Amino acid sequence: MSEVTINSKLDQITIESIEKVARQVYDKINRLSKPVMDFPVRSLQNVKYDTRRGYFEMGRHKKQRTLTVNTVKTFAQTLRMMALSKELVVTNDFATKRDAYYQSKNWGEAMFHEQDESDTVMDDIEAMFSLHGVSREELRFLPEEHGGAVGGELIVYDRDRETGETIEIDCTRFGSGAYSIPKRVDHLGFKTSAKFILAIETGGVFDRLQYHKFWKKMNCIIIGMGGVPSRACRRFVRRLSDEMKIPVYAFVDCDPYGISNIYRTLKVGSGNAAHINQFFCVPQARYLGVTPEDIRRYKLPTHPLKDVDIKRARDALKNDPFFHVHKKWADAMEDLINMGVRAEQQALAKWGLNFVIDEYLPAKIANPGQFLP
Amino acid sequence: MNPVEQQDSGPAAEARGRNPADAATLSLFGEPAGETSRAAARGKSAPASAKAPPAKPASGKAPAKNGKAAAPDRPGKAESKGAGKPGKSISKPPAREKAAEAPAKTARGKGKPPSPADAAPGSKPADAPKRTRTAPPAQEELEQAAPPKPVKGARKRVTAHEMAANQREISISEFFTKNRHLLGFDNPIKSLLTTVKEAVDNSLDACEEAGILPSIKIEIDPGAAEDRFRITVTDNGPGIVRQQIPKIFGKLLYGSKFHRLKQSRGQQGIGISAAGMYGQLTTGQPVDVVSRTGDKQPAHHFVVQMDMVKNNPVILKDETIEWKDGEDLLAKPIPHGTRVSIELQGLYRGGRQSVEGYVEQTAIANPHARFSYRNPRGETFEYERAANELPPEAREIKPHPHGVELGILIKKLESTDARNMRGFLSNDFSRVSPRAAEEICKAAGVSPDSQPKKVRREGAEALYQAINKTKLMAPPTNCLSPIGEEQLMAGLRQQVKADFYTARTRPPSVYRGNPFLVEVALAYGGEQPADELIQLVRFANRVPLLYQQSACAVYKSAVQVAWKNYQLQQSKGALPSGPLTLAVHIASVWVPFTSESKEAIAHYPEIIKEMKLAMQECGRELGIYLRKQRRMADEMKKRGYIEKYIPHIGESLEQILKLGKPERERTEENLHEVLSRSRKM
Repeated sequence: MSEVTINSKLDQITIESIEKVARQVYDKINRLSKPVMDFPVRSLQNVKYDTRRGYFEMGRHKKQRTLTVNTVKTFAQTLRMMALSKELVVTNDFATKRDAYYQSKNWGEAMFHEQDESDTVMDDIEAMFSLHGVSREELRFLPEEHGGAVGGELIVYDRDRETGETIEIDCTRFGSGAYSIPKRVDHLGFKTSAKFILAIETGGVFDRLQYHKFWKKMNCIIIGMGGVPSRACRRFVRRLSDEMKIPVYAFVDCDPYGISNIYRTLKVGSGNAAHINQFFCVPQARYLGVTPEDIRRYKLPTHPLKDVDIKRARDALKNDPFFHVHKKWADAMEDLINMGVRAEQQALAKWGLNFVIDEYLPAKIANPGQFLP
Repeated sequence: MNPVEQQDSGPAAEARGRNPADAATLSLFGEPAGETSRAAARGKSAPASAKAPPAKPASGKAPAKNGKAAAPDRPGKAESKGAGKPGKSISKPPAREKAAEAPAKTARGKGKPPSPADAAPGSKPADAPKRTRTAPPAQEELEQAAPPKPVKGARKRVTAHEMAANQREISISEFFTKNRHLLGFDNPIKSLLTTVKEAVDNSLDACEEAGILPSIKIEIDPGAAEDRFRITVTDNGPGIVRQQIPKIFGKLLYGSKFHRLKQSRGQQGIGISAAGMYGQLTTGQPVDVVSRTGDKQPAHHFVVQMDMVKNNPVILKDETIEWKDGEDLLAKPIPHGTRVSIELQGLYRGGRQSVEGYVEQTAIANPHARFSYRNPRGETFEYERAANELPPEAREIKPHPHGVELGILIKKLESTDARNMRGFLSNDFSRVSPRAAEEICKAAGVSPDSQPKKVRREGAEALYQAINKTKLMAPPTNCLSPIGEEQLMAGLRQQVKADFYTARTRPPSVYRGNPFLVEVALAYGGEQPADELIQLVRFANRVPLLYQQSACAVYKSAVQVAWKNYQLQQSKGALPSGPLTLAVHIASVWVPFTSESKEAIAHYPEIIKEMKLAMQECGRELGIYLRKQRRMADEMKKRGYIEKYIPHIGESLEQILKLGKPERERTEENLHEVLSRSRKM
């Protein structure tokens, strides 16, 4: 696989999109008609589960916000925010939500008084530009959540902001630490010979695998998600998998939360943020474990399911298209509810601390056909 | 219980009469028993006196032994607790009323002044038992005559004789001293206000009755000591004839308003003389009065002191003077009017519940009056007339049978000139036709031809019940004199600077046989604080009520109205908040106050209903106004909006699209055009 260079055309696309929207507004005004901005309709009616692509997708419905007396303030703020975004792209900088909120303090009457207001405008812009295929990260509005950790034989290509030089990051060379996924990943390039990506829920298991260089043994890349994977983490896994053409296996706790929140979010995204799922889901991900079947086979120590867990599971079975599409998952969830217990990844430590490395994972990986979809 | 005191008080009064010297020195807690006993003697009053059997020797003995001749032929009126109860449940309430009324009715300014020398605290023997009101000589006597004292340790029993010794008449002044809070003299601040209020109420009543547009000057000057003030109230009223001056100002319960049913401010004839008494009690200073009844008449100057024991005026000065307005010798002589000046102990404070607040509110409810007020700091406030017409005169009516209480009924039965019941019912009450009178008599089981005095003794209670069971026409309501919507608003406008005013006068209604009507006016906006509860201003017969707001029917009504419907904020169970003054006036021939100090109106459902209706009617007007205001404000805000945010849109587009200045300006102009096109006021 040839070395992939950094995608610097992205910024050009971003700037063009911003200018396109602004130009439409400008033209409308000067034709003496009310300017309009298009937003995807973000209600659940406009969210579809695309079985072919395997994730939630925004429907075609759009709503238009017309510039009227009542919307003039939001309109002004939206344009201000877009101007800020353009400036960030041009200067190759970024702003968190909080940064953007404070930036608005220079806008006179158009300033935000609470961060909630600026977050709402930012969400609107994100939705609007999702129609143009531009993510929030490309608009340089970065989230503050932690990205995720990477270990394994992987070279990441990044760019030095000051010199513009390409930097090679060797993910094997972090010693007892790990490479931390940056907030913005779309410009990154990759090189690897690994055979698969293992996405791990808990920091504890990731640390064990990293410490013992599990990736070396199994020739893989391990990623610690730390609970529900962040946007950057999902985008990183997606791009890495897409571009290196390697499969993604998920290794999470066996409980309704691990399955329907962490794994499902990784794989298909969330219904609430359907407009951004196109960037942030990993439809090719498969579920390695821990499965309900594993609980029986490995006689794992369990905890009883709480009422909220059962409720969550039943609710997912009833309403979540993911379970409607994947019959196997519906059965597995049913199975779990009937067992009335849950088991964590680390329950495998019952059979020895490194049982997971020496026995469980190799056995599982030898047999990918057994994975849940 | 033995009705012995009848005898007891007679001799006691007699005895006291022999100690005028003592009376003078110890007069503060004195007891003008003479008045009431004489009233009783004339066969005019208390049931006790009428029914009382001859005195029992046991009690008669006491005074006799003391060497003070008993007067067995003089039936005294039994006033004190217990004694006045001839076993009939009905006699208690009227007893007090009569006690209060009798002197006013019968006062003649002559007669034997009995004195309670022995009742004064200072003269009490050191070994007197704890019950302080004991008349010592009688006590000693009785203790000797009474059964042996109980053994120590056993519960002490008081015999009827011992009790009898403690049972005495209570004088008005004594009653006043103990219960001055009932008349509004509870504390120094309030005393100052009450004095002003009583004087001004009298002035207004007098002016209106005489058909004069009132001009009233109120002056409060610092007195000799820090806690002393001299209050002077001058009016342009009809004046008072010379002979009446001392009695009006030097005698409690002397007046013209008590015996009639007519809408007026004062009712009891107690106010101004109580103020004078308070002044005398606290400073020792007499009341100073100047009055003149016409420009052909001389002005009379009186200095009147009260004999607290006898409830009689003592004239210290009686002279004719040149009475002029102001210090200047060339000042215009005052053609008619009255000036009363009282020095008293008090405390001066500003604020809503002060004299200022009182004058201000009085000016609202009396827009036809002009007030000038000078406070102790020498600052003068002028309240100009807002209307040049006198309110229509209130008419006197006869009581409606449904509003008459049993005690009053009994008294009326006794004092009527009618010879039979038919005449009594149809002539002494309003809305009783001869036919209705017969119906009542039938229901009560008395003959229409029977004598009222006989009925009083035998069938009063049955009659009372029968009256209340009989359907009668509602009382006439033309006796009421409303302030009027226009005038009330004019008054409010004068005192409260606001943006919106409205007023409503409700048609008259009736509670318990008493006609009344409610008026409401409100003033919204201006400089009134927007984030506080509204100001509630209450009036009863044009007199502001400054205290006990939350006990008042006005408050209850205001709380019950859903002001949210009229665009005001309101927490549950509270007054609404907002920049609003709500003035509520109730006019009635008899305003039902919750207490004698006339501070709160009783919660009659009929009254609350009327008040709520009037408030709702005004509220609707306010709601319409406020909604319109809000629409206008929204529109202005939106216009401002456009101006405010267009530059931001221009600037953003300039930044993103790298526009030149002319392009930007053109865009902003066009945007303004686009947005303004859709806005219309």
